[in-house]
Amino acid sequence: MRDRILKLAEIGTLAGAFSGLFGVGGGTVIVPLLIFWFAYGERLATGTSLAAIVLIGLLGAAAQGGLYGNVHLVTGLLLSIPAIGGIVLGTAIQQRISQRAVSLLFAALLVAVAVQLIVP
Amino acid sequence: MDELLAILVAAAGGLAGGLVGVGGGVLFVPALTVFLGLSQVEAESTSLLMVALVALVGTASQRRYGNVNLRDAAVVGALSPLGVLIGVVVANEIPQRTLELCFAAVVLFAAYQLVRRALSDPA
Repeated sequence: MRDRILKLAEIGTLAGAFSGLFGVGGGTVIVPLLIFWFAYGERLATGTSLAAIVLIGLLGAAAQGGLYGNVHLVTGLLLSIPAIGGIVLGTAIQQRISQRAVSLLFAALLVAVAVQLIVP
Repeated sequence: MDELLAILVAAAGGLAGGLVGVGGGVLFVPALTVFLGLSQVEAESTSLLMVALVALVGTASQRRYGNVNLRDAAVVGALSPLGVLIGVVVANEIPQRTLELCFAAVVLFAAYQLVRRALSDPA
């Protein structure tokens, strides 16, 4: 029990640092660790990670906003509307589309984003 | 025009989260810097708020399928503040160009994960 809580604390700390540093959820850290340390299945790991990210994201935004005044609140709230529309749509059609094609499409989009970031 | 593109990329970020489980943050941050002119650290900070709200909706729908262990999630979240604080302070103290390049590496890693999964997926 104690060992379990220690491991969960490690996951929280690592994911929190990753999230605070990069402004992303931290699922990249949480999902594989839940699978390796607690033998979670992939779906349970992803769902549980999402729930943890609600707290981690709010804490990160609070720290960024409270300590450094970095959060553009109105912009963030307004842009959350299409983002939430996207996740609702994505979850609804998830079963009906080719995961492979979509994964490759998003990978290509991410590579384009990375190039844009690296080229000054 | 730029506002419209920011909206589209934010929607794509949410869509990616729902479809392939990769969080929208990797797309929210560039949407905010490229189209709305926020600095890297401002975009990351604003993205965190969006990530939390999107994850809330995602959690609600995953919970219906029994895919959420709320207890473990609560412990992970409740024990994250030290890490969060470290990450936030470092993001603000290092040069912004360094932060931007490290973020680009995170984006490339997410792309790599997607490709790896796509190639190992039989369908």
